Amino acid sequence: MKHLVRAMLVAAVLLAGLAAAQVEILYWQYQFDARFDAMEQLIEQFNAENPDIVVRQETFPYDAYQQQVAASLPAGEGPDVVQLFYGWLPTWQRSGYVEPLPAEFFDAAELDATFVPMAQAAKLGGTYYGLPTAVRSLGLFYNKDLLSEAGYDSPPATWDEFIEIAKALTIKRGPRFEQIGWGVAPQGQEHHVIREVLTRQFGTAPYSDDGTEVLYDSEAGIEAFAFYTGLITEHELGVIDFVPGTSGYREGFRSLQNIAMIFDGSFAIGATQNTAEFEWGVTELPVGPSGVKSNFGSFWMNGLTPNALADPAKTEAAAKFLQYVTSPEAMELWLDVVGELPARQALIADPELAADPVFGPFIRSLEYAHATTFVDESAQRAVIMDAVNRVVLEGVDPEASWLQAAAEEQALLDQFAQ
Amino acid sequence: MGLGDGLKAITQLPYLGGSQVQTKRGQEQIGARPRRFKLTLATREALWAYAFLLIPLIFYLFLRIWPAFQAFWLSLFSWHVDPAQREFLGAGYYRDMLADSKLHRALTNTLLYAAIIVPAQLVLGLGIALLLNVVTVFRPLFRAIYFAPYVTPAAAVAWVWGWMYSENFGIINNFLIEWSIFWEERGLPWLVIDPQPFLGDPDQALFAVAVVVVWKQLGFQVVIFLAGLQGIPRMYYDAAKIDGANSWSLFRYVTLPLLNPVMAFSVIISTIYALQLFDEVVNINFTDQGGPLNSTLTIALYMYQEAFARFRLGYAAAVVVLLFVLIMIVTLVQLRFFSKRVEY
Repeated sequence: MKHLVRAMLVAAVLLAGLAAAQVEILYWQYQFDARFDAMEQLIEQFNAENPDIVVRQETFPYDAYQQQVAASLPAGEGPDVVQLFYGWLPTWQRSGYVEPLPAEFFDAAELDATFVPMAQAAKLGGTYYGLPTAVRSLGLFYNKDLLSEAGYDSPPATWDEFIEIAKALTIKRGPRFEQIGWGVAPQGQEHHVIREVLTRQFGTAPYSDDGTEVLYDSEAGIEAFAFYTGLITEHELGVIDFVPGTSGYREGFRSLQNIAMIFDGSFAIGATQNTAEFEWGVTELPVGPSGVKSNFGSFWMNGLTPNALADPAKTEAAAKFLQYVTSPEAMELWLDVVGELPARQALIADPELAADPVFGPFIRSLEYAHATTFVDESAQRAVIMDAVNRVVLEGVDPEASWLQAAAEEQALLDQFAQ
Repeated sequence: MGLGDGLKAITQLPYLGGSQVQTKRGQEQIGARPRRFKLTLATREALWAYAFLLIPLIFYLFLRIWPAFQAFWLSLFSWHVDPAQREFLGAGYYRDMLADSKLHRALTNTLLYAAIIVPAQLVLGLGIALLLNVVTVFRPLFRAIYFAPYVTPAAAVAWVWGWMYSENFGIINNFLIEWSIFWEERGLPWLVIDPQPFLGDPDQALFAVAVVVVWKQLGFQVVIFLAGLQGIPRMYYDAAKIDGANSWSLFRYVTLPLLNPVMAFSVIISTIYALQLFDEVVNINFTDQGGPLNSTLTIALYMYQEAFARFRLGYAAAVVVLLFVLIMIVTLVQLRFFSKRVEY
């Protein structure tokens, strides 16, 4: 009996010691089933390999995510390692929510060489504030059944073909649309299409290289914007909010099958595979009038919060975990489970992946994709969205509306530079 | 004998008169026996009440009043996670608010919402309550039906209304089309109404949202007014009827004045709700919250966007202070307007 008590005491002391030596890391991302599962698998592997570190994951609905982060960190609570959209970095960094990656664990030159060029957008003032596990580009998703019913065996490759096919697939009865060829969604991915795809295809970069100046208020920029609004007002290829709801254009395409084509990101592959009960395909974005290809690239990055820098043991553990979730193995698992493209050049160059009918178009697009240097993503999105709405809903002249947008966005850029 | 005389006679009935006061005095006399602290029973009861009230009071001070002051304090600084790095701006954000056209739009929208929602709820709430008060069969069922929207989550309400309002699929536009066909066939084309964009039109969206809010909140008003109506003693009506009052006089001189406190409550509650409007607006146009073109934007939503989409928590705090001042002024004015007591 005495022995048993002594043994239990020893065990208790050992366990307490072990617990004290263990560093706890809290990881946050927004709730999305596939992303949650992939991260759980990564955490399980990481915890097994690092008995002195315990990583825990917490998730929040997308709409409450930034709110949770905004409120928790000032109270000294919340995550050590956090996932954020790269476009949020400037506003998060300015308020101290993310810290620079510590140089003793991350070599900037090596990151520059091994990650896809787009990952440069995780830098501010030449310093990395985080790293992506996966990157995404945009593609044109199309309903093969609807297209072939209308006599089209292949998806549009140019904007002219896009207009022709979308027109053929739009059914209007009286004043109302029953089916539309194109699920118009400026609030979805299309503000990116206008900004990074159409402006470049019509002959102008949207911003100066350092991202401080709006350049799309040029003639080419106006032409690009008028082309986009013309697809809605003149060609009547579709209407905004055709299907009501959070992302009605997706529901109309995937479930209701009354939308023939939509622009969406590679992140939509998994959901489309799970939902669509018809033959669908995906292709690169239409080529511009002078043959220019362009695309919008983006990513979610993992960064360290001030909590992670609270003490050296914690910093080391958080850095280790961040290295792990951005390692080649993690990226391969992420591709398998979530369907998002790896963020390392060596993996992207995989010829098998580039030949894949679904992943291929996105991989090929990455070569000519641009990641906008946002300063305030939500406000900048609203500027473009309002520009479209002024033309489509209020009948404002596209040129006037676009110049107003340019002035509004320039004001945001100036405000941030102060 | 006039109407006033009848009412006077009733207030002199012993039930409403001095008998209660007498009992109270009686209690005081019992409690007035010599004691160590010489507290009357009434005082001791009051002390106990305060003691129990203290707990919610501390809770309220700590979780409501104190954060309100904190919000004011925050509005004087630029935002940073680390308090040491917050830069003092003084009235800087308040000056910014003067030039912020989006905020001005949110402010006028919010006042417009209140101007639509409050009278609509008052009139409809009272009207339905009066009708339900007459209904004796299935009254609980009707009450439940009117109350159901109030307990339905805003997100679900917004989703369903979003579909009903849809320009291409909505039931309202389906009806308008059937209606138009009906009158066109009968050679009355001037009765034709084209399908409407509702939420898709910056000129219609705010009204469309206001309708949803009224529909959703109406049940609460109905229940409040029903309780108020049932709290009016029957004898006032009986006395007035003896005096020969018709149903309009009954409503005008008995129901309406005696419902004054309930109406004040209703108006103040629905005004505060309208000024803080958020849930319905956010959910009904999820992809362009407050849109299209800021036509449905409210102050509360603008505050939320500034704080949690743009991480400008200092400015958002200044907007909160504005909202607080606005609500306080409106409520004080309303209290003054409604505070006249009616006694018969």
